[in-house]
Amino acid sequence: MASLITCPHCGVRPKEEFAIRGDASRARPEPLAPDDAWHDYVYVRANPRGRTFEHWHHIAGCRRFLVVERDTATHEVYSVVDAADFARRAEG
Amino acid sequence: MRYSAFSIVRNAFSGNLNWKPHWRQPQPKPHYDVIIVGGGGHGLSTAYYLAKEFGVKNVAVLEKGYLGSGNVGRNTTIVRSNYMLPGNEPFYEFSMKLWEGLEQDLNYNVMLSQRGVIMLYHSDSQRDAYVRRGNAMWMEGVAAELIEREQLKKMIPFLNYDHARYPILGGLLQRRAGTARHDAVAWGYARGADQHGVDIIEHCEVTGIRRENGIVTGVETTKGFIGCGKLALAAAGNSSRVGEMADLKLPLESHVLQAFVTEGLKPCIDHVIVYGGGHFYISQSDKGGLVFGAEIDGYSSYAQRGNLATAEHVMEEGVSMIPGLSRVRVLRAWGGVMDMSMDGSPIIDRTSIDNLYLNCGWCYGGFKATPASGYCFAHLIARNDTHPVARALRLDRFARGYAVDEAGAGPQPNLH
Amino acid sequence: MTGYRLSSGGLVDRSKSLSFTFDGRPLRGLAGDTLASALLANDQLLVGRSFKYHRPRGIVSAGPSEPNALVTIGTGPRSDANTKATVAELYGGLTARSQNRWPSLGFDIGAVNGALSPFLGAGFYYKTFMWPKQFWERVYEPFIRRAAGLGRAVLERDPETYEKSWAHCDLLVVGAGPAGLMAALTAARAGLRVIVADEDFRLGGSLLSTSETIDGAPASILADRVVAELQALGNVTLLSRTTVFGWYDDNVFGAVERVQKHVAEPSLKIASERVWRIVAKRALLATGAEERPLVFGGNDRPGVMMAGAMTTYAERYGVAAGKQVAIFTSGSAGYRTAHALAAKGISVAAIVDARAEAADQAPDGVRVIRSASIVDTKGRQRLRGIVVERSGFEELIACDALGMHGGWSPVVHLACQRGARPAWSEELKAFVAPDVGGGLRVIGAANGVYTLSGCFNDGAEKAAAIAADLGFSASRGASPAIDGETAPSFTALWYVPGAKSKAFVDFQNDVHAKDLGLALREGFGHVEHAKRYTTSGMATDQGKLSNINAVGILAGMRGVSPADVGTTTFRPFYTPVSFGALAGTARDEHATPARKSPLHGWAMKNGATFVEAGLWHRSAWFPRAGEKTWRDSVDREVLNVRANVGLCDVSTLGKIEVFGPDAAEFLNRLYCNPVLKLPVGKARYGLMLREDGFVFDDGTVSRLADEHFFLTTTTAMAGAVMAHMEYCAQALWPDLDVRFVSSTDQWAQLAIAGPKARAVLQHLVDEDISEGALPFLSARKVVLKTGVSARLFRISFSGELAFELAVPAGYGEAVADQIMEAGRPHDICAYGVEALNVLRLEKGLLTHAEFDGRVTPDDAGLGRMLSMQKTDFIGKRLSSRYGLTAADRMQLVGLKPVDADKDMRAGAHLLKEGTKPSTLNDQGWVSSAGFSPVLGHSIALAFLKSGRERYGEKVIVFDKLRDQEILAEVCDPVFVDPQNEKLKA
Repeated sequence: MASLITCPHCGVRPKEEFAIRGDASRARPEPLAPDDAWHDYVYVRANPRGRTFEHWHHIAGCRRFLVVERDTATHEVYSVVDAADFARRAEG
Repeated sequence: MRYSAFSIVRNAFSGNLNWKPHWRQPQPKPHYDVIIVGGGGHGLSTAYYLAKEFGVKNVAVLEKGYLGSGNVGRNTTIVRSNYMLPGNEPFYEFSMKLWEGLEQDLNYNVMLSQRGVIMLYHSDSQRDAYVRRGNAMWMEGVAAELIEREQLKKMIPFLNYDHARYPILGGLLQRRAGTARHDAVAWGYARGADQHGVDIIEHCEVTGIRRENGIVTGVETTKGFIGCGKLALAAAGNSSRVGEMADLKLPLESHVLQAFVTEGLKPCIDHVIVYGGGHFYISQSDKGGLVFGAEIDGYSSYAQRGNLATAEHVMEEGVSMIPGLSRVRVLRAWGGVMDMSMDGSPIIDRTSIDNLYLNCGWCYGGFKATPASGYCFAHLIARNDTHPVARALRLDRFARGYAVDEAGAGPQPNLH
Repeated sequence: MTGYRLSSGGLVDRSKSLSFTFDGRPLRGLAGDTLASALLANDQLLVGRSFKYHRPRGIVSAGPSEPNALVTIGTGPRSDANTKATVAELYGGLTARSQNRWPSLGFDIGAVNGALSPFLGAGFYYKTFMWPKQFWERVYEPFIRRAAGLGRAVLERDPETYEKSWAHCDLLVVGAGPAGLMAALTAARAGLRVIVADEDFRLGGSLLSTSETIDGAPASILADRVVAELQALGNVTLLSRTTVFGWYDDNVFGAVERVQKHVAEPSLKIASERVWRIVAKRALLATGAEERPLVFGGNDRPGVMMAGAMTTYAERYGVAAGKQVAIFTSGSAGYRTAHALAAKGISVAAIVDARAEAADQAPDGVRVIRSASIVDTKGRQRLRGIVVERSGFEELIACDALGMHGGWSPVVHLACQRGARPAWSEELKAFVAPDVGGGLRVIGAANGVYTLSGCFNDGAEKAAAIAADLGFSASRGASPAIDGETAPSFTALWYVPGAKSKAFVDFQNDVHAKDLGLALREGFGHVEHAKRYTTSGMATDQGKLSNINAVGILAGMRGVSPADVGTTTFRPFYTPVSFGALAGTARDEHATPARKSPLHGWAMKNGATFVEAGLWHRSAWFPRAGEKTWRDSVDREVLNVRANVGLCDVSTLGKIEVFGPDAAEFLNRLYCNPVLKLPVGKARYGLMLREDGFVFDDGTVSRLADEHFFLTTTTAMAGAVMAHMEYCAQALWPDLDVRFVSSTDQWAQLAIAGPKARAVLQHLVDEDISEGALPFLSARKVVLKTGVSARLFRISFSGELAFELAVPAGYGEAVADQIMEAGRPHDICAYGVEALNVLRLEKGLLTHAEFDGRVTPDDAGLGRMLSMQKTDFIGKRLSSRYGLTAADRMQLVGLKPVDADKDMRAGAHLLKEGTKPSTLNDQGWVSSAGFSPVLGHSIALAFLKSGRERYGEKVIVFDKLRDQEILAEVCDPVFVDPQNEKLKA
């Protein structure tokens, strides 16, 4: 992972084409959700040692946000999907 | 065993056979007043000050690996107190003052070298930001100097004055800042804590936190259950993992920061120099290696190793700042796992669970904070009261809207 | 034999003599030599001084593990410090200098440290130099710094060039020795894309230096044959002089090729070094094994070297390590060296074998002393004899070189760089590579296979398996027959007891066995602690020779197996890599790309001075004849805009086109102020927040059609805003039907500002642009008289009547020229970002000097923009937190100096009158300041606690950094034309 990412749109590309935004596992709360939900969304991270979902932005490629599923201990990548698909799947 | 000129001569003439271990290797007792999780710089300094300054001596430090195996042993050894925000500057200056007395206090030479830290600026707006910072330091009584280009040329002649992509216009200098020998800091605190009766237990991993009626009563470890009155977490890099054992949800991401050292060279870089056109910083160790680093790799990681692309970028910044580095060879790269917090500032606080205390979120600034972090954490643990210089570093600052955001980057950890 | 050069043999070219110098002394070597072999041939055994005790040191190895023979090669800005003579390829004109000695290599004052060694043991720093307190930094530390370090870095600009390259392959073979070559050949014949990388300048590895023969011929003949076949194949890339230094995620390898390190005058047209990033489907590690030194008294005397190195010098370079050579061994390879040397006519004084029994045969007439050890050595700058101890009796044996052999350690560095630790093999008495999965396999000696035939087979087999795995069919050729092959064996011997003088473990860092004992006594018995406390393995060789013995000694002292001690962590780089190679071309002006506005040429033409702003070069001011300082120009430009008209390039602002049925809804969620009902043809100031409620960026949003918006962002945040919008559209609200694209580079944007702006602009357009027809905050498409399609906005960042005209980038310069031409009768001037900054400062308009990431809209006096009636927008929810709405927050104010002659400056802090500086008393800070030519004095924008309630109060502007304290009056941040009368003129 740290070296190469397989972009679903562009293929295998080097890490330096991407900007990493961070944790993709949290969904943005409804506007009227409780304060705690908003606080957790903006500030709290599960920060797992192991499998995690992360937003990588292919800035020097297709400019799509991708959700990279990877292991924070081994750096193994399990999947890479488009962030819009990921978000729709989370809702659906 | 106290170190003195006498003890050194006496031992030299007896073949150095009579030196004693820096710290004992005790078996854990069934119960301690305070257990500190994490035998790194912060955990050890917390134990030291608890025992020495606050009279809490029935203390254990539990370390899952060897003592000092975390970030205290893999950083770029910079100590400084050149912060801008009122939530930070008094804390780091408190730390700086402790550094200045540390050798005498610990009877251990941590090789503090106040050689000066200079942060370069490359534009008028960057200069203005550094002036703001320098004046904030002066507000706290900390001397800072604005070094303009011509003066800088005399002071550090080998910078890229003629061909820099971002012109080197000057720098903000803190002369009292510098470096210290990182391992010695861990060993010195360990030895000091040990001499005050603290049990330092290496290779003892905490696997669970036992709670009864919502109150922490002890920890499960690879060496069995150990009871405690108070439990203090100082496991930066792995704070989320340890916190999880008590169902704490923390504003942290673990990230890897690479650092590098070159082959040993005769003295050539006399300051700690920070490049304003990127994040690059460099200094020379007393052994001669140039020690340097720059930005984090960017993704969350618990692996203590970095990637090549970031390493290359670090070198680019280095050569951009000091063209003459081009032929200097880099010997070794290593990676440290850090708690990156949501505002780039640390957390020293109680938690929602009684008797559970938290020290985390040091981002890549933990080393310089080692003395103050330990002192303030000990103060909090012993007195249940936040030390005045650590008041801004509370856990609830995010919920209350008082982030201490030195970079102004907002709640995205890899931007700090 | 001339000097130490044998009269025949070796792979050197005896017809090509090369001249070089060492410490100024002219010497000669042969093509094919390393610097080390040439020095040896010239009887220059003493090559350096050790790190701590400054002991004389000689060449120990014949490869990259060399701890002693470090020299500076080259002169001036082309100096390469700490270069290992053992891997430096000799070239005519090479200049080498020894290091870490003063005044000379032969006589080094620093050697006095040796006498002080009882005080300088492991960790001595930490116990001492503390008295008196001040002495550490003033006296002791400078002394330690000077004594330490090896070579000298010149820190001059490097005249040479560097580059990087990606490479992709099916199989990467690291190391071109017997296993690597056979693997490469097998894979290449099967059709795989193969890359072979080897650090040496000649491919063949141990085949080049072994005394064994293959089918009756020297092994090097076979190496040449295989290399020739590989070279002829189109699917093979052979990279000699290329060190694979790191193994990274996804089987990406970093390698550095020394393209021109072996030539006297490198061409500047090609790189001196090239970094490769090799993406390998599979890789085979054929890095061989490292021979172990023996830790015995006096083992650092020049002349003591690795037995295998002696063989290499004799076989490959035709150089004798000595004239009377002894061997100290705990394994059969020592005997092999004795045979090789004897066969070359070199006298072998004795073989000292630490083992009681061994089947190994010594060369005829060579004495073998079994169950014996060496306890001391004699000689000063070259070995003169060894003190051999057997059954309590000591004997001095005269010799001028000693080869030592303590067994083998597979080189598994790369395989352990990604977290896996090497595993102890009791069978091999060595740490071997961990199983790291199919991507990287280890072959040959690196895999603990120590016979040539075994290496050939191992390489061929594993390559064939990889080929099959990747869908190729590989057939194994017949393995070459090795003549009279025997498998080497050894007994692990970590420490030779009875040392009469220092027994070094780590030569370069002067760590001897007693240091490890001291470390253990002081509680530093963990291998990482021992390393850090003694510095064993921390020198430039990273303990390639020493680490295994340190582990063995620790194990012995602790009474455990080396398996329980384990190793320290293997990390990049396998051998050191230059900054220059890793940085490549990204340096100096090319460190980052430079962006130039479409109006850059126009600005140049008009004499602009440029300033770096992020990636951009922006026109800062336009000096005219007679103006002495930048302020003269800026004041003129400002006054001219206020009085007449000016033209400014604002093309660097981020520009984003937004389309779609949901564009309005999308933007309404993006900005904190309402956008939904923005009418077509209108522009609006917009403020974006971060989700935590602080200001992210500001700009304008214009509606050009019902489903077409046009946004501008600040120059600094253009990229970040675009990324933020993409995040929101893709990750947060993928179901909104909106598309957008950056058009920053597509439009040249020109601000025409000043009371005469309309008059000037009217020359370019037919349309009615009067206040009635095109009022403030209008946005529309226009066609210029020249036919150019353009966009025209009534927006102002100066407070003047102003227009921003956007034209396709290619027309920018022509349109700017037209405007200047049309403006001439109206006294138009070009103005730059400095004047722009003063103009906006006079009007209290904000930039990222104010929006520093910690500012809320209300702090900036823009609280009314927060549209809390909207259901949702980014940052809405968290902006109502207590800390963001507290009454004592710092608020934007203006400052006027009480004494009009005083210049306030940005970065100053604020104090109440009569208070002392302290963090508690700190009232705020100055975000922007400048001289207002309109008002004739300095003005500033500042953030002051509860500032809006404090207009009229006097505060101290505290700029201790410049030793300045100025009294200023707090005022409204709008200094000029507070009623905006000029704006709508």
